Amino acid sequence: MSDLTALTIAEARDKLSKKETSATELTNAYLAAIETANPVINAYVKVTADKARSMAKLSDEKIAKGEAGPLEGIPLGIKDLFATEGVHTQAASHILDGFEPRYESTVTANLFADGAVMLGKLNMDEFAMGSSNETSYYGPVKNPWRKKGSNMDLVPGGSSGGSAASVAAQLCAGATATDTGGSIRQPAALTGTVGIKPTYGRCSRWGIVAFASSLDQAGPIARDVRDAAILLKSMASVDPKDTTSVDREVPDYEAAVGRSVKGLKIGIPKEYRMDGMPAEIETLWQKGIAWLKDAGAEIVDVSLPHTKYALPAYYIVAPAEASSNLARYDGVRYGLRVSGKDIAEMYEKTRAEGFGREVKRRIMIGTYVLSAGYYDAYYLQAQKVRTLIKRDFETVYADGIDALLTPATPSAAFGIGDQDMAADPVKMYLNDVFTVTVNMAGLPGIAVPAGLDDGGLPLGLQLIGRPFDEETLFSLGSVIEKAAGRFTPAKWW
Amino acid sequence: MTIVDTRTPDPKTFISGATGDWEVIIGLEVHAQVTSEAKLFSGASTGFGAEPNSHVSLVDAAMPGMLPVINEECVKQAVRTGLGLKAEIHKRSVFDRKNYFYPDLPQGYQISQFKDPIVGEGTVIVSVGPDSKGEFQDIEVGIERLHLEQDAGKSMHDQHPTMSFVDLNRSGVALMEIVSKPDMRSADEAKAYVTKLRTILRYLGTCDGNMDEGSMRADVNVSVRRPGGAFGTRCEIKNVNSIRFVGQAIDSEARRQIAIIEDGGVIDQETRLFDPVKGETRAMRSKEDAHDYRYFPDPDLLPLEFDQAYIDALIKELPELPDDKKARLIKDAGLSAYDASILVSEKAIADYFEKVAAGRDAKQAANWVINDLLGALNKAGRDISETPISAEQLGAILDLIREGTISGKIAKDLFEIVWTEGGDPKAIVEDRGMKQVTDTGAIEKAVDEVIAANPDKVEQAKAKPSMAGWFVGQVMKATGGKANPQAVNALVKEKLGVE
Repeated sequence: MSDLTALTIAEARDKLSKKETSATELTNAYLAAIETANPVINAYVKVTADKARSMAKLSDEKIAKGEAGPLEGIPLGIKDLFATEGVHTQAASHILDGFEPRYESTVTANLFADGAVMLGKLNMDEFAMGSSNETSYYGPVKNPWRKKGSNMDLVPGGSSGGSAASVAAQLCAGATATDTGGSIRQPAALTGTVGIKPTYGRCSRWGIVAFASSLDQAGPIARDVRDAAILLKSMASVDPKDTTSVDREVPDYEAAVGRSVKGLKIGIPKEYRMDGMPAEIETLWQKGIAWLKDAGAEIVDVSLPHTKYALPAYYIVAPAEASSNLARYDGVRYGLRVSGKDIAEMYEKTRAEGFGREVKRRIMIGTYVLSAGYYDAYYLQAQKVRTLIKRDFETVYADGIDALLTPATPSAAFGIGDQDMAADPVKMYLNDVFTVTVNMAGLPGIAVPAGLDDGGLPLGLQLIGRPFDEETLFSLGSVIEKAAGRFTPAKWW
Repeated sequence: MTIVDTRTPDPKTFISGATGDWEVIIGLEVHAQVTSEAKLFSGASTGFGAEPNSHVSLVDAAMPGMLPVINEECVKQAVRTGLGLKAEIHKRSVFDRKNYFYPDLPQGYQISQFKDPIVGEGTVIVSVGPDSKGEFQDIEVGIERLHLEQDAGKSMHDQHPTMSFVDLNRSGVALMEIVSKPDMRSADEAKAYVTKLRTILRYLGTCDGNMDEGSMRADVNVSVRRPGGAFGTRCEIKNVNSIRFVGQAIDSEARRQIAIIEDGGVIDQETRLFDPVKGETRAMRSKEDAHDYRYFPDPDLLPLEFDQAYIDALIKELPELPDDKKARLIKDAGLSAYDASILVSEKAIADYFEKVAAGRDAKQAANWVINDLLGALNKAGRDISETPISAEQLGAILDLIREGTISGKIAKDLFEIVWTEGGDPKAIVEDRGMKQVTDTGAIEKAVDEVIAANPDKVEQAKAKPSMAGWFVGQVMKATGGKANPQAVNALVKEKLGVE
């Protein structure tokens, strides 16, 4: 059975079409792996075994009739942030206790229409707020990777920690994820998986529990670049129900995998060389530069002068939007309700009990920066910074740069319950330092595993593209993947 | 916003207090429900009077992950309204979130327009009156802005001993908030303004203006000052839901403020409610308790943008508005300004009149509609929509007069009959023998009889020719009013030998 879960989506697709295996077999293999691993890894908050089996059965029928969709019979994990009809959808929060929507998010509906099978709902940081998956109401997810000779539990990154861990531990063939400030790319980098945040507007946000509407974007986490391309093709669409989604044809991303990168101009932004950055991150970056150069790309040093303002501006914009987006969780219509003597007390008790510490912190920050007298100094100023960050990218792209290469994270995976980060939330926020600029500018960004650090933990590189030019990212990503190889954790669970 | 005083103090509007005259300053924020099948950001129905929570979409209930999608029909209606208010249309406007917690506000914020509304400054000409001399005075009320926003749901506190219930049918319904400048100086002016606004909206078909169904309601800002002096502190009276109450609320609030100031007190800027039973306003919340709404642009919605061609197309389809109609009735149909004002005051009346006047004498039609129809409706306490006589029926009556089939006097009787019994006027005249006698032989006989019976009057008439009128009256009486008055008149004069 284990060899079935080791298959990439492309490989499984091949075997299914040749009838060398069935969707049912594949699904059962994953369900068995989940049963063993999940009590340890805690990647799934809800396993939908019955639904998975019936979806697989339907896929087998379609394959038999020659009506297979592009993802027919491929078992996927779905981040708990996506509304799935009749299935646990709680954004890993206590406040959405028992919530099962009567609707299906556009992204998951697209995947299922293409034949994908849902294995269950994946753990995440509560409301996608976190970089370690420790803020989940359902407890932290364990990274399938461990340091050589250590049995310390490490975080898988966040907020899509369940997605990244389940892909790395082969508990699903691929997973949906979302990225507001790095929530796809950072956990992908920390687990040796591939994660792409497409251009803002590429995937519909309809049916995805909102964190920060102007930054949120769905994307896949997968075993390799090709799988990520296959998944994104199915996830992306324009949607009349999301007016920020963009009406542009979805290209055949898979065709871009392996495509020549000869002559492409790759920018190396000097501002991403941070003080105190571990030497091995710098080494990895240089390796990436060398690989792309070997493949025929031209390397150009560039400047994105407003980079250092991105993180502080992000931590104003994102909480501001979140403070408003999360106002609907009031105990009136669905989810948790803690009664009080009057409506105000009911709100207070419900929200006090229903939200975790990090979510409350961000709601308070957001409420503060939008308050009368502070709005101009914080929110408006942050929006101006955002415009400048966007302009930085526009300038380098106008100068002929096709994509940018940067580190994905400032470090490898750290320990669960890391005292440094627990004591200072800003240290945790620094995990997103290389990724938030991309969200602020609405650009596509991919994290691709590029090597292991001294302790044997995976590290990733990030490629940032022009708006709606995900294809170039897949081409460049596959060059790095080919040079670096693929990374799979040794099974200890 | 800088407040500009556009009016010259007019003693007619002053309120006299214990220490002298006061002038009341009024500005209104009218919330008008957009006439549209669906809500502002969802496809749910806007139908009135449905079972609670039967017109609620996932968006209206603010389910997780739901997104608003602007209803283009509502945008069109807002632009058309802006055009009707002779206002500046903003080709780019922005939706903002107004954040506050309330159980009937599912999102925890209302989507509204704060900094960049869809419509800017405009003007409404308001005819105030008629006064005791039957005269109207035209005043100009400035429009500050018009913006689109969502309505909230309804909380019901009387359905359960310990709980409140929430009905979300109205949640997300599109409203236009029309903000006037503080250009009104009396309750009568404010009432006339709301009436005129409602008329314009009804002409445009952008709001049905039914205040009793909540389709239109007003927040009334009132302050007082010494005539021509600096503006005073204002109080806002929320959610006044009839034109009559607007007037009562202003009068009582102005008196309250004057009394406080005259007693040496100061006015606190606060939000108040009007109690129609007591006929007075009471404090709702003070400025200190005012919400901090934390407005910011709604990231779920792109800025609303359209081009001049879009506006031009809407201008082309715009119906004739009351001011234009009034001008036309005066110029082309030769009506008096007074008559024209009354006829255009409500779209339903104007429509009725135009149907009656089509192909007929406009002045005569105006007289009948104003004096007879509106008079009777007024007496019966009915609205034009409840008229028992249709425009077609009244038109038929006028045709019978013009053809000479009935006299004007008989026409009044016929009007009464149609009012109470209904039916085809022509058939009624036929069936009940109300036809005018035009047979000169019969009229001549009657004239002869009257002359023969009143030799003394004949003598008097010879000396005073206007006495002929008495004979006409007698002949009409003798013929039961059915004789053609012109024919009687001519014969009487001929037989009496007077001019």
